[in-house]
This record gives sequence, structure tokens and C-alpha cells, in this order.
Amino acid sequence: MIRMPAFANRGRFEALYRGMAMAFPIMLGYFPLAVAYGILSFQAGLPLRSTAAMSVLVYAGASQFMAVNMLGLGAAGTEIVLACFMINIRHIVMSMSLMQRLADLTPAGRKAAALGVTDETFALLSFSEIRSGPTKGWLLAGVLVSAYGAWVSGSVVGALLSTVIPGDLAASMAIALYAMFIGLLVPNVKRHPPALTIAAAGALLCTVLTPQVGAGWAIAFGTLGGGLVGVLHAASVPEDADQEEQA
Amino acid sequence: MPYFWIILGMAVVTAVPRVLPAFLPLEMELPSWVRRWLAAVPYAALGALIFPGILSVDPSRPWVGLLGGLGALLPAWKGMPLGASLAAAVAVVYALQWLLH
Repeated sequence: MIRMPAFANRGRFEALYRGMAMAFPIMLGYFPLAVAYGILSFQAGLPLRSTAAMSVLVYAGASQFMAVNMLGLGAAGTEIVLACFMINIRHIVMSMSLMQRLADLTPAGRKAAALGVTDETFALLSFSEIRSGPTKGWLLAGVLVSAYGAWVSGSVVGALLSTVIPGDLAASMAIALYAMFIGLLVPNVKRHPPALTIAAAGALLCTVLTPQVGAGWAIAFGTLGGGLVGVLHAASVPEDADQEEQA
Repeated sequence: MPYFWIILGMAVVTAVPRVLPAFLPLEMELPSWVRRWLAAVPYAALGALIFPGILSVDPSRPWVGLLGGLGALLPAWKGMPLGASLAAAVAVVYALQWLLH
């Protein structure tokens, strides 16, 4: 095969751009939420550098809202870290599922992508058509870096403009991320009706468990338990939805 | 405790669950029921992520989130792009908040 460097670069650029476009719904949801976080963080008395550092290093919406809330109430650091762990343990399940689809990436690429796993990037990547090939990593980078960038930049904007933006306005954009989850679920339910049974089982389990164990663990158990319904042959879904779509 | 150590601790306990699965060997042949389980996980996760969380969009009025979700459902059912669901849901919630204030 003749190598054409210029063309290969264009392929990468296109993949990166396509990834960024795919991430647009996430960015639209993340930015205002991050602004709300920045405002709350400022109100809890955190300096700008701590507000930004938390978004850069932790990059987990619910945990950051919880942390600034607890800091505002004077909670101990160990309590905050423990609560953060309990909220985020669910990502192990999501990351494990996603890694099955990223098996063809390099080990370093898989680890980098795993660091970008959030509820939203996981959901988007699980239901998007991602072709295997040399530009797959660039497409993923486009999605993951865009989502991350929206979160970090929104936090800084929120902290800087905390006196001018009303926090509740930004917070009401929270519906955007749920809309994305619904928008991802519905077409799949139409294609594979058993998916509705699986999703309903996850939702039911999560609803029952949330008051007992908190939202983070409830989502983890809802995901694992709801997924078990898919083990039954009568309710199983295709093992690689996007490949089947391409066929 | 300085903010720095709290943030570092949070960073570690968040990164570990995310990255751990990337260290697992991929070569191992998973039994068929485990593969069906992992294939079903994204659907179960969507269900668990949507509900009951959507009720807390406006914590004092759970139905605001539900109506917003309904706004997202219709365009998605018609096969419209993801952005249409987003726009419809945000429009419904904004309209409700505006009417209720």
C-alpha cells in the first residue's frame, strides 16, 4: 500500500472534527452545568484556582457539586473523598463495558480514553457508530477532549462571572443531559425492543435503591442488575450494535 | 485540610474506577452470558441514569423534569437528531420555569 501522508493527516483531522461534532450535545449540557458548579464553588468560598483544579483533576459533575456543598457546610476532607468514591464507583461498570468496544486501540490509548469516561461520554460512545481503523483514536479524542474542555472552561467562566449569572438559570439546563440520554435510548428501543425491558429494569432498580444507598451506588447496581436481564435469551440485545448497523 | 489534598484525594478515587478496566487483559475469552451482560449494560445504564434522576431537574416539582423528558421523547421517536431532543426538552423546562415564577 502506498502511504500518502497528506491524505492520512486529513483523515485524522476529519475524525477529530467528527468527534467534536458528536460531542456537541454533551458540551451543550456540560457548559451551563459547569458554570453552575463554578458559581456554587465561589459561593462556598473556594478560590478560582481550586475551583478550576477540581474540574481539571476530578472531572465528575455530581461529585464536584457535592464537594463544594459539603465544603460550604464545613465537612471533613475524608468525608468528602469517601462520598466522592461512592458516587463514582459506577464508572467501573461503564468503563468495563466501553473497553470491550475499544479493544483495537493501543493500551495507552485505552487508558487515556478510560480517563475520559463519564455517564455522558460513555452513553454517547456506546450508541455511536465508531468504525475501527487508524483514525478511531482521533475520533475518540475529539469526543472526549471536547466534553472535558466544555466542563473545565464552564467552571472557570462560572467562578469568574459568579456575581452576574444567576445560578438557578444555569442549573435548569440540567434537563439537557437527560434529554441526551433519552435521545440515545429511544432509537435503540425502536430497533431492539428488548432494550426497553433492560432499561426499565435498570431504572426500576435504581429507583428502589436510591433512598437506601444513594444515587451513585444505585446507578451502579441498577446498571449491573438491569444488564442481567439482557443475559436471558428472550431479552438479549446484539453484542455490537454499531457493527450490525453498518452491515 | 487544605483544598489541595481534598481535590487530590477526589481525583484519585474518581480516576481509579475509570481506568481500572483498561488494565484488565482483553485476550481472555468471556463466556457468552457475560458478553450478553456487557452488551446490555449500556441500556441498563441509560435507564438508571434517566430515572429517578430526571425527577430532580426541579427538585420541588418532579413533574417539570418528566415533562421535559417527554419533550425529548417525541423528536427522538420521530427519528430526529439528538440536538432536536435537547432543544425540545430545554424549551419545555424553560417555558415551565418561566410560567411558574
